Amino acid sequence: MRVGGKLLLVVLAVAAAGVLIGLYAWRLTYLAGSPAYKLPVKTANGHQVVDLKIMTVAAIGPKLSQNPDWVSYLVQTPKGWKRETVWDLPANATINVTIYNFDGQSGLRNPLYGKMVGVTAGASGASNQILLNGKPTTEIDPATASHVFAVPDLGIDVAIRGVDDNAKNQCGFAPCQMQNAHETITFTFHTTTPGHFRWQCFVPCAAGWIDGWGGPMQTIGYMDGFLNVKAA
Amino acid sequence: MAAEPMAARPSDGVSHGRRVITAWLVVSAIATPLVVVLVGPLLPPGNASTQASQQVIDNTVITGIVTPVVCLIFVFFVYALLNFRAPKGGALVDGPPLRNHAGIQIAWMVITSVTVLFLAGFGTYELLQNGAGGGQGPSPVAVPGGKKIAVQVIAQQWEFTYRYPGFGGFESHELVLPEDTYVVLHVTSLDVVHSFWAYELGVKADANPRVDNVAFVRTKAPGMFQVRCAELCGLWHGYMYNNGHVVSADQFHAWVKSQQALYKPIAKYLPGFRREYLPAPVRRGG
Repeated sequence: MRVGGKLLLVVLAVAAAGVLIGLYAWRLTYLAGSPAYKLPVKTANGHQVVDLKIMTVAAIGPKLSQNPDWVSYLVQTPKGWKRETVWDLPANATINVTIYNFDGQSGLRNPLYGKMVGVTAGASGASNQILLNGKPTTEIDPATASHVFAVPDLGIDVAIRGVDDNAKNQCGFAPCQMQNAHETITFTFHTTTPGHFRWQCFVPCAAGWIDGWGGPMQTIGYMDGFLNVKAA
Repeated sequence: MAAEPMAARPSDGVSHGRRVITAWLVVSAIATPLVVVLVGPLLPPGNASTQASQQVIDNTVITGIVTPVVCLIFVFFVYALLNFRAPKGGALVDGPPLRNHAGIQIAWMVITSVTVLFLAGFGTYELLQNGAGGGQGPSPVAVPGGKKIAVQVIAQQWEFTYRYPGFGGFESHELVLPEDTYVVLHVTSLDVVHSFWAYELGVKADANPRVDNVAFVRTKAPGMFQVRCAELCGLWHGYMYNNGHVVSADQFHAWVKSQQALYKPIAKYLPGFRREYLPAPVRRGG
């Protein structure tokens, strides 16, 4: 083979390797950054406000996932509840969060996460508190925790109490209805500078996986996600 | 068809070995002090703790010893490129035949053995001084004397939390240490294997479930340091980092009070302080 032919082969091989690496990088970016749900933003007194309503369910069900028995978060969109955990939020905004938890009590491995930090309790503005079914709460018994909504880089840690085992009319799988037994958690936090912040659950809540840490705990779109805080 | 044996080039009478060694000695004599003086102070991890400073010295010593080795490789490489080329248009011939030289073999074995044994002895001596910031397991061999404060590092997918048994056993999401203080770190994990790496402090200790991995560090002046997980531990391993702070004694005590107040509501639920934890999954796991 002539030198020119060999050179052409080398160039083609390098180009093919570049394309493969590019595809891999794109896949990583895709997983980390999209699909993102852009939450509707409203303005109050010249200040941006977002109402983020999310739901936690013990099983996502066959309509919303190929893993119907996986525990999951869902977000409320104009088209209904969606299994999307990457959310676009505006910077320098107030985020009012409501979590409807339809899942049972799993318990925390580290009781520290039973303490609410980095959020305020709605209209009262009391720091490091939430409203649990309308009642100001600074911590929950770690054994009753169902999930945690934590954004470590923003210093946010909210423990979510689970539905009592003896509660009637419990939800089987998503999407759950408000008449099903649930706990309602509301709190507020504020975004400041733009950034890409991961959020996660700290309860090992993946049923059937070793120590509860596999499957939905290790997969974006179930118990993990991102807050993409973007400048207006 | 068998290839014709290549003709061997006769010796040209030049002592290439002497030339290479002379060039190597000259280059090494210039490069080694330059590397030690100019590059040494820039080597990681910095001077935020006694252990970190010690590691900078260790890295400088190792780099200083490596420099002549690297010089030898480059000198020989350049010399070979310049002198052992086939002449343009000339016949391709093999080099002069190799011959045994007992002196070179003995010198090679002695020099390399002394170098390796020196590094092993030097490394052991440095480790035995105060552990050099590494995790020493539950029964540390190199225990520095004097008063120390204890901090337990608890790893969990995917965050480190810190417990202060000498201050009522409170636990915090933040790592704050007083300046000019010996700290004994008890590193453990609640789930999988992690690794606690406080970069600027020169501390690296594996966090294993059911193991109390002890590491010592003496802080210096106030400042910030990075904490990272250095063991691939799952989905958010790359995000398992935060910043720690070394502060003045007064600031440290004020911080302790603020954390005790903040986490007071959850304190009653924390288990009694133990050297390691492996809580059973309460309901779901397993």
